[in-house]
Amino acid sequence: MRLELVKRKQPSRPMLYLTPVFSVLLTMVVGATIFSLLGYDGPGAVWNIFFVPALDPNKWQDLGIKAAPLILIAIGLSVGFRANVWNIGAEGQYVIGGLAGTGVALATWQMEGWWILPLMCLAGVAGGMLYAAIPAFLKTKLNVNEILTSLMLTYVSVQLLYYLMRGPWKDPEGFNFPQSRMFTDSQMLPEIGNTFVHYGVPIAFIVALLAWFILSKTVFGFEIRVVGAAPNAARYGGFNRTRTIWTSLLAAGGLAGFAGILEAAGPYGQMVPQFPTGYGFTAIIVAFLGRLHPVGIMLAAIILAISYVGGEIAQSSIGLPNAASGLFQAMMLFFLLATDILVNYRVRFSGVRSGGAA
Amino acid sequence: MSDGTTRRLDLKGITKAFPGVLANDDVSFSVAPGEIHALLGENGAGKSTLVKMIYGIMQPDAGEIRFDGELVHVASPKAARAMGVGMVFQHFSLFEPMTVLENIALGLDEAISYADLEARIRQVLKTYNLSLDPHRTVATLSVGERQRIEIVRALLLEPRLLIMDEPTSVLTPQEVAQLFDTLRALAARGCSILYISHKLHEIVELCHSATILRGGRVVAECDPRAESSRSMAEMMIGGALKEIEKAADRSFGVERFIVGGLSLEADDAFGTSLKDISFSVRAGEIFGVAGVAGNGQNELMLALSGERSVESAGAICIDGNPVGTLDAEKRRRYGLCAVPEERNGHGAVPGFSLSDNAILTARTRKNMVRLGVIDAGVAESYTNEVIGGFAVKTTGAKAPASSLSGGNLQKFIMGREIMQAPDVLVVSQPTWGVDAGAAAAIHQELVDLAARGSAIVVISQDLDELMAISDTMAVMNEGKLSRTLAVGEASVDEIGLLMGGVHGDPDATADYTGATHAA
Repeated sequence: MRLELVKRKQPSRPMLYLTPVFSVLLTMVVGATIFSLLGYDGPGAVWNIFFVPALDPNKWQDLGIKAAPLILIAIGLSVGFRANVWNIGAEGQYVIGGLAGTGVALATWQMEGWWILPLMCLAGVAGGMLYAAIPAFLKTKLNVNEILTSLMLTYVSVQLLYYLMRGPWKDPEGFNFPQSRMFTDSQMLPEIGNTFVHYGVPIAFIVALLAWFILSKTVFGFEIRVVGAAPNAARYGGFNRTRTIWTSLLAAGGLAGFAGILEAAGPYGQMVPQFPTGYGFTAIIVAFLGRLHPVGIMLAAIILAISYVGGEIAQSSIGLPNAASGLFQAMMLFFLLATDILVNYRVRFSGVRSGGAA
Repeated sequence: MSDGTTRRLDLKGITKAFPGVLANDDVSFSVAPGEIHALLGENGAGKSTLVKMIYGIMQPDAGEIRFDGELVHVASPKAARAMGVGMVFQHFSLFEPMTVLENIALGLDEAISYADLEARIRQVLKTYNLSLDPHRTVATLSVGERQRIEIVRALLLEPRLLIMDEPTSVLTPQEVAQLFDTLRALAARGCSILYISHKLHEIVELCHSATILRGGRVVAECDPRAESSRSMAEMMIGGALKEIEKAADRSFGVERFIVGGLSLEADDAFGTSLKDISFSVRAGEIFGVAGVAGNGQNELMLALSGERSVESAGAICIDGNPVGTLDAEKRRRYGLCAVPEERNGHGAVPGFSLSDNAILTARTRKNMVRLGVIDAGVAESYTNEVIGGFAVKTTGAKAPASSLSGGNLQKFIMGREIMQAPDVLVVSQPTWGVDAGAAAAIHQELVDLAARGSAIVVISQDLDELMAISDTMAVMNEGKLSRTLAVGEASVDEIGLLMGGVHGDPDATADYTGATHAA
C-alpha cells in the first residue's frame, strides 16, 4: 500500500477560496487540542484569540490599527509573489522605512508645518525602496537568490536600528533610555474623530483598493502575472523580467517602508528598539492566506490582527505565553499550505504494485 | 514475417477512459513476430495511450493483452521490459553532462559493472552496425546519435517487441535511412516493431502492416505497401485531404525583411551561437529554414522575434527600419509577429484565458490598451474573431489555454498573429504535434498571408513541410545558415547534406559526397 499524489486536471475554484477558511478552522481545532494537552484551557484560548477581539466592539479600533501595516506590507509582497519574486525581507524594509522617516522627524525637530508629515512618509517609502533595491540589484546583476539576501538584510536593519537608538539618535533628554525623541504634533499622524485610530488605517485600505485596480486592470498587473506564470511567454510578449524584478521589489519595499513610518508616526510616536514586531513576516502569511488578491489580503489581515489582539487578551485572561499568537499564526500558514496540496493534488492509495511508473 | 500462428502481440477490446474522453475504445489488432507494424493516427487518436498500456505505464479499463500467445498483465514498465518489450520515446531522457555509458547504466534495471556493460554495448553496436562512442559526453552528440543511445538501451534487453514513438521527427534524411536499416535488421532477427509516426511516406517505405486509429477506435487496417500516403492520410482524418492552394503565377515584391551579419552568443553551455547569418525575404515570399534540431534554430528564432536583442540594430531590418536592438513588443509595432515552437508556456500561458493570451501579443497592434489600462472588451472581441476565423474548437474566449488540444491551441496562436496582419511573420515548427487537418489549415493560412504581401520565415525540422510551402529555403548547421536555394531546384539529398549529412559518421558523409560527385 502506497500513498500517491496525483495532480488534478483543474483545481476546483470554490475550494481555492474555501481552503483559507478551512485552514483557520483547522488552526482553531488543533490549537485548542495542543493547549489543552499542555495543561491550559484550550477551547478558552481559541475563544480568546479568535472570537473575543472580533465580538468586542471595544477591540475593533485595535484591530484596524494592527491590520493596517499588515495590509500595506502584504499588498507589496503579493505583487512580487505573483511574479515569482520572493521578497522575505519586508521586515527589514519596514524597519528602514521607519528609520528614514524618523530621520526626517529628528531633522525637523522644533519645526512646524503641514509639510513635515508628508515628507516623513516620502522618506519612509524611499527608505524601504532603497533597502529593497539591494536584493533587486544583486538578483538582476549577479543572479543572487533574493530570498537569502532580503532575509539577511532584515537582521542588518535591526542592528542598524539598535546602533542608532543607543548612539546617534538617542534622545538627549531621555534618561539614557535607548530610544529617539518623541515626535511632535507636526510629526504625528492625527487620529480620526474621537477614536484612537490614526489616518494610516484608512490609507491602508485605500492602497489595497488601488492595488486591486492596478493588478487586475492594467498592463503592469498583466505583466506581473505573466512573468510569474510563464517567464518565456512574458519575454515573447515583450515584457522584461529584469524590469519586473525591480518594480515588484521596489513596490514591496516602498509599501513596507510606508507601513514602517505610519507605525512610527502613529502608534509609537517615536522610534524604539522594540519597533520590529514581526509585521513584515506575518504579512507573508497574510499575502498567502489572502490568495495574493487585494480583497483577500484585507480579510486575511483582519484575521491576523484578531490573532494579535486575541493573543494579548489570552495572555492576561488565561495566562497563555506570549509566543501563543505566533504559534497560531504559523499554524494558519501551515494548514493553508497543507490544504493547498489537496486542492492541487488528489491522494490515491495504490495497492500492490511491482515497480513504479517510468 | 512468420506464419502468424502465434502472434507476438495480440490486443483484444482494449478500452481506456479518462475523465471526459474515451481514449481507446475497443481496440484490437495484432503484430506477428518480425513484423514492422505502423500505428497511425492524428493527434489525440489514442496512439500514445495505447502504447503506454502495452509498455505498462497505464493499465487498460477493459480488454486483454496477449504476448506470444500468453495473457499478460503489464503492471509497470519494468514488468514490460522483463517480458521483452522495449520502447524508444520521442523525447529522450538523457543527462547531457554524462557519457553515453553512464546514461545507459542509469536506465538499466539490473546492476552490472561498467566493463561488462561496455562489452555488451559494443556487441550490440557491432551486431546492428551502429556507430556510437560509449565514452562521449551526451552534450557533444547530435540528435541522431542521442537517439541511438536510446535504441541501444532498448536493444541491450534483447527485446522481442520494440516500440518506436515518432523516431524520425528530428533526424536528417540520411540518418533516417540509417535508422531504417537498423530496424529492418532487427525485424529480420525476429523482433517485432510497433512504429508510431505521422510521416506517411516513411510508413509506406518501412512497414509491413498498419493499424489506423481515429477518435480512439480502429478505423482501418491496411498494407502500407499497397497504399499511397494520400490514401492513408484520408483514412486517418476520415475525409478528403485538402491540397495547399498556391497561385502558380505568384511574384515577389521588394525585400521587406533583411537580416545581415547577425551573430549572437548562446546564453547557456548547451546552446548554439549564431554566426554571421544573412538572408532576405521579399513581400509575398515564404522563406524556409531547415536543419536538424539544436543547430541554432532556437537562438535564431529568439533573435528574430526580439526575445533576445542583438548588438547591432542594423543586423535586422523590417522595411528598412533597423530593429535589432528592440524587444519583441517594439518589433511588433514595426510589423513583426512571431510564433515560437513551444506552445505551452511560450506561445501561450496555459493557465490564462484565451482572451488574456490575446492580450499577451496583440495588445498594441489591436489597441487593447488605453493609458496603461487594458480594455477587456476589445481583447475579448478580438479573441472571438480569432476563434471564429481559425475554427478553434473551444468553449469561448474565457476558456483557459490549457483546456485546448495541441492543434487547437496552435491554430489559436497562429490566428492571433496572422489576424494582426503582420508585415513580417516568423514561425517556428508551425505544425509540430498538430493533426493533419489542422496542419493543412495552418499551411494554407501561411500561403494566403504571403499572397497578401507579407514576408514569412518558417523555421522547421520537417523537410516535407518546407518543401510544400516555402518558395526559397536555407539550411542551418552549427549556427551558420547556408546559401539560399530556390525550392524547385533543391533536392532532398542536397539539403540533407547541407544539414550535416550523417551526423557523427564522417565516413558515411564522405561516401555520400563521393557518390554525388561521381554521379
